[in-house]
Amino acid sequence: MEQLKTIGRELAMGSQGGFGQSKEFLDLVKSIGEARSKAEEDRIVLREIESLKRRIVEPGIPKRKMKEYIIRLVYVEMLGHDASFGYIHAVKMTHDDNLVLKRTGYLAVTLFLNEDHDLIILIVNTIQKDLKSDNYLIVCAALNAVCKLINEETIPAVLPQVVELLGHSKEAVRKKAIMALHRFYHKSPSSVSHLLSNFRKKLCDSDPGVMGATLCPLFDLITNDANSYKDLVVSFVSILKQVAEHRLPKAYDYHQLPAPFIQIRLLKILALLGSGDKQASEHMYTVVGDIFRKCDSSSNIGNAVLYECICCVSSIHLNPKLLEAAADVIARFLKSDSHNLKYMGIDALGRLIKLSPEIAEQHQLAVIDCLEDPDDTLKRKTFELLYKMTKSSNVEVIVDRMIDYMISINDNHYKTEIASRCVELAEQFAPSNHWFIQTMNKVFEHAGDLVNIKVAHNLMRLIAEGFGEDDDTADSQLRSSAVESYLHIIGEPKLPSVFLQVICWVLGEYGTADGKFSASYITGKLCDVAESYSSDETVKGYAVTALMKIYAFEIAAGRKLDILPECQSLIEELSASHSTDLQQRAYELQAVIGLDVRAIGSIMPSDASCEDIEVDKSLSFLNGYVEKSLEKGAQPYIPENERFGMVNISNFRNQDQLEVTSHGLRFEAYELPKPSVQSRTPPISVASSTELVPVPEPSYYRETPQTAPVPSSSDTGPSGLKLRLDGVQKKWGKPTYSSSSASTSNSSSLKVVNGATQVDGVSSGNSKTHETSYDSRRPQVEISEEKQKLAASLFGGSSKTERRSSTGHKVAKASSHASEKFHTSKSTTIYSADNVVEKPNLVQPPPDLLDLGEPIVASIAPSVDPFRQLEGLLDSTQDPGTFGGTKAPDFMALYAETPAGGRSAVTNPSQISKGPNVKEALEKDALVRQMGVTPSGQNPNLFKDLFG
Amino acid sequence: MVWSDLLIKEHIVPIHFVLLVSRQGKVRLAKWYSPYTLRERSKVIRELSGIIPNRGPKLCNFVEWRGFRAVYRRYAGLYFCMCVDEGDNELELLDIIHHFVEILDRYFGSVCELDLIFNFHKAYYILDEILIAGEVQESNKRSVIRLVRAHDSLVETAKEQANPLSNMLPQATI
Repeated sequence: MEQLKTIGRELAMGSQGGFGQSKEFLDLVKSIGEARSKAEEDRIVLREIESLKRRIVEPGIPKRKMKEYIIRLVYVEMLGHDASFGYIHAVKMTHDDNLVLKRTGYLAVTLFLNEDHDLIILIVNTIQKDLKSDNYLIVCAALNAVCKLINEETIPAVLPQVVELLGHSKEAVRKKAIMALHRFYHKSPSSVSHLLSNFRKKLCDSDPGVMGATLCPLFDLITNDANSYKDLVVSFVSILKQVAEHRLPKAYDYHQLPAPFIQIRLLKILALLGSGDKQASEHMYTVVGDIFRKCDSSSNIGNAVLYECICCVSSIHLNPKLLEAAADVIARFLKSDSHNLKYMGIDALGRLIKLSPEIAEQHQLAVIDCLEDPDDTLKRKTFELLYKMTKSSNVEVIVDRMIDYMISINDNHYKTEIASRCVELAEQFAPSNHWFIQTMNKVFEHAGDLVNIKVAHNLMRLIAEGFGEDDDTADSQLRSSAVESYLHIIGEPKLPSVFLQVICWVLGEYGTADGKFSASYITGKLCDVAESYSSDETVKGYAVTALMKIYAFEIAAGRKLDILPECQSLIEELSASHSTDLQQRAYELQAVIGLDVRAIGSIMPSDASCEDIEVDKSLSFLNGYVEKSLEKGAQPYIPENERFGMVNISNFRNQDQLEVTSHGLRFEAYELPKPSVQSRTPPISVASSTELVPVPEPSYYRETPQTAPVPSSSDTGPSGLKLRLDGVQKKWGKPTYSSSSASTSNSSSLKVVNGATQVDGVSSGNSKTHETSYDSRRPQVEISEEKQKLAASLFGGSSKTERRSSTGHKVAKASSHASEKFHTSKSTTIYSADNVVEKPNLVQPPPDLLDLGEPIVASIAPSVDPFRQLEGLLDSTQDPGTFGGTKAPDFMALYAETPAGGRSAVTNPSQISKGPNVKEALEKDALVRQMGVTPSGQNPNLFKDLFG
Repeated sequence: MVWSDLLIKEHIVPIHFVLLVSRQGKVRLAKWYSPYTLRERSKVIRELSGIIPNRGPKLCNFVEWRGFRAVYRRYAGLYFCMCVDEGDNELELLDIIHHFVEILDRYFGSVCELDLIFNFHKAYYILDEILIAGEVQESNKRSVIRLVRAHDSLVETAKEQANPLSNMLPQATI
C-alpha cells in the first residue's frame, strides 16, 4: 500500500517535469526561449493560444490541469498577446475552495483585469467570502486582489470586512488591510473619509511592518492636508529616532542600515510637515542631523537616505547647520565617480539652490563636467538645474547650450520639453530684442513642428505688441530685426510649418513697414514660400494673406501696384484650388486689389493687428430688416438647438437626446464638413485682422500624400485639369505619415535620422557618445581653462571663480577624511584615465556579463540563442571547482557596475552561504538538461546566479 | 500622447510598473500597477528593451523616458526595471530592486534566470508580497519569505490530496 503510494507519486512527478509543470508547458517555454526572432516567438505563442482556446473549454478538465492552463494564459499575456478568451476561467478559479487553485485564480485575475473590467462584478462575491475566511492565507490572497481590482462602485461591498481585518491577529493581514484602505482612499477619498483615524491608530501597531505600511497612506493624507497632522510631528520624529538608533528587529536591517525604507518614508513625511512651519521644523533638526552624521555613505542605500535628508532639509524651515551638512553630502555626491551619485548630487543642488545660491557656485566645475558628460540622463538633469538657476546675466549661455543640445537629440518628447523651456527663458530674461529673435528663430528652425502652436502665436503677438514698454522705436526696431532675419532664413530648405506661418505673418504685417525692402522683393519671397511648400495649405493660406496685406499697404500708401508675374500665377492657381479656404483667400485678395485707396484704408489699416475688433454678436444692425420681414409675415427664427429638441420630443418622448443621436435614426441633416464652414464664415475685415487664427487646420490635409507637388504648382497651363487630378489622389491616396516621409526625403540627414526606428537611433547615439566619453576624459586638464570661462559665464564673473576655489578649500578642511578620500580618488582618475578603461579587463569576466553597451554586442544579441548556443558547458559545470572559479569574477564584475553592490555583497551574510550552493546549482543544471535545455560555455547567463 | 495622459489621470501610484527583461529583450516578468492596454504594454517593453540594454555600464542606472524615470539594474543577463515619476528617490528604487532580488535569491537558493523563466508565477507571488499597488509594503525579508513558504507548504499538502493514484487506491482494494 505505502509502496503503491510512493510509486504513484513518482509517476505523477514524472509526468510533471522538474519545475512543477507539465512537460508540454516546459516545452512551450523552451521553444519560446529558442525562438530566433520576435516573429517566430509570435507564431509559437499564437499556436499556443489556439490550442488553449480549444482545450480550455473541453468538459471535465481536472483542476490541476486547469490551473496549469491558467498559468499558461498568464504566460501568453506576459509576452504581450491577448488572452482575454480565458479570463472567465481565471475568474471561475477564484471561486474554488482549494487554496492553491484559488490563489492561482487570484494571481491571474490581478494580472489580467484592470479595475474597470466587466468581469470584476463576478469576483466581488468571492472576495467578500474569502475576506471572512479562517485561513489567513486565503484572506491575504483576497486582500491582494482587493488592492488591484476593487473600484469605486465596489468599495462599499468589501469595506466593512477590510476595516475589520485591521484588527486581525496576523500582522501580514493587518498590513494588507492598511494597503487596501489606502487604495480605497486613492480611488474615492469620500468612501473612507470616516475611517482615516484608523491610519493614525495603526501607526502604533505592535508590528513594525504594519507601522511601515501605514506610512504610505499617511504620506498621501499629509500631502493633501498637512495641517491636520501637525500633532503627529513629535510621534514621527520619535519613531524616526528609534529606527535610526537601531531599535527595530534586526530583520528590518538592510545592508546593515536600520530599516532604511522606513527611514526614507518618514523623512518624506517630515519634509511635508515641516514645510513653512518653523515650530514643527525645530522638532526635526536633531534627528535629521543625527542621520546625516550616522548614515553610512559608502552604500547605495545609505546615500539614498542621505539624499532624502537633503530633500527634507530643503523643504523644512531653514537651519544653517543642516544646510551645511547637506552641502557636504552634495559635495561628496558630485565628486564621486558614480554617475548615479553625480545625478543625485545635481538633483539635490537644484533643491538647495533656492535656499543658498552660493552652493551652486562652489560646485560650478562639477556642474559643467556633468553638462558635458556623455550620459544623456546626467546631462538632462544638469539642464534642469541650469533652468532653475537662470537669470538675466547667464541666460544667453544657458539657452545657447540648451539649443545646441536640442539640435543634437532625436527624442521628440524631450525635444519638445527643452524647446518650450528655451522659449520660456528667452521670453523671461531676453537681454535684447535681437538676441530674442535670433533665439526664437533657432528654436523654431530645429524643433518647429514640435513646438506648441501657442508659442508661435505668442511670438507673433510679442512682435506686434513689443515688449510692453511704450517705446515705439524699440518696437519697430524689434520688428525690423525680425523681418531682416526672416528674409535671411526664408531661403533655407525645409523649414517647419509653424515657423513659416510666423515668417509669413510678420513679413505681411511689417515687411514693408520700415521701407528698407520693396514690396516686390517681399512678395517675391512670399511666392517662393507658397511654391516650395505647396503641400502645406496652412502656410499657403498665411502667404496669400500676407500678399494681400502688402498690396493693400502699397495701395494705401499711394504707390503704384506692381504685381509680379509669379504672384499673379499663384493667385490664379489658388483661386482654382480645391481648398475652399485658399480659394476664398485668393478671391478676397483679388477683390481687395480692385478697391480704391479710401476703402482699403478702412478695411486694411496698416499696423492695426493689435487693435481689438468689436464683433456685434447679436447682429443688431439687422434688427430693422428682421422686423420688416416679420411684419410681412415671415417665420420667426428658431435657434438650432431648439429646432432639434422639437423633432426629438415629438418622436421619442422618453429618450434623452444623446441616445437618439447615437442609436436612433437621424432626422436632421448631417453637419457640413468643418473646414468649408469655417472658411466661409470670416468676412474680409476679420480675416485681415484676426490673423492669429486665420487658417483652420483641417486634420485631413495632413494626411494627404503629395506625390508631385512641384510640377502641379509651377505648371500654369493645364492647371485646372491638374488640380482636379490632385484632388482625386488626395482623397484616395495612402493616409497618414506617408506624406511627411515623402516630403522629408529631400531634407538634411538630420531629419532622416529622425525618421529611423527608435532603437537604431538610440544605439547609434549611444555608441558614439561612448567613444567620446573616454576621449573627453584625457584632455580634461588642458581644457579646464575653457571650462572655467564657461563656469564664469554661468555662475558669474571671474572674481567668483576665485571665491569658489577658496570655499572649496574650506569644504575640504571642514569635512572629515571621507571627502579627502574622494579628493584622492578623483585625482587618480584624472591621471589614469586609461585605468578606467582597463578595469573590466582586470576582472576578466565572461564577455557576456559585462555589457559595455557596444552596438556590436547588442546587434548580435537578438540572434543569440541562449539554449542552443550553450552546448558543451556540461564539462565545466560537472567540475565544481571550475564552476566556482568562473563564478567568483562574475560576482565582482556585477558589482563593479553599481556602487552599492560591492559593499553590500561582501557584507551580506546570505552571500557567504553561497559556497555550498554549487551543489544546488548543479542539481538545477541536471534538471534543466533533462528537459533538453543545455548550457554551454559561451552564454551561461541563464544559469548564472543573479548574484554571483 | 494619449497614454502618458493615462498615467497622469490615474491616481498617484509610486511605481508604475516592474519589468524583467533579458538582454535579448525577452520578457521574464511584467507587473503593471498603472492601467495600460495590451498595445501600450508592448510598446513600453519594446521601447525600454531598446534603450536599457544599450546603455554603457558606467552610466546612470536611470533613464528619462517619456517624462518618467526608468530605474534599472542588471543582474547577470537580466535587467530589472521599475518606472516611477520624476522627482522620486531613484537611489531608493535601486535598492527596492535589490531587495526583491535578494528575496528571490533566498527563496530559490542562488536564483538564476532559468528559475524565473520556469517559475515566473512564483516570482509574481513574491513580488506581490513586497509591493502592493506600486508601494513597498514589506521591507523585512524574513516575513516575505515566511509568507510565501506558508503558501508553498499548502501546495504540497494539496498535491498529496489531489494525487490521482492515491484517490484510486481505495477503489482498487475493493
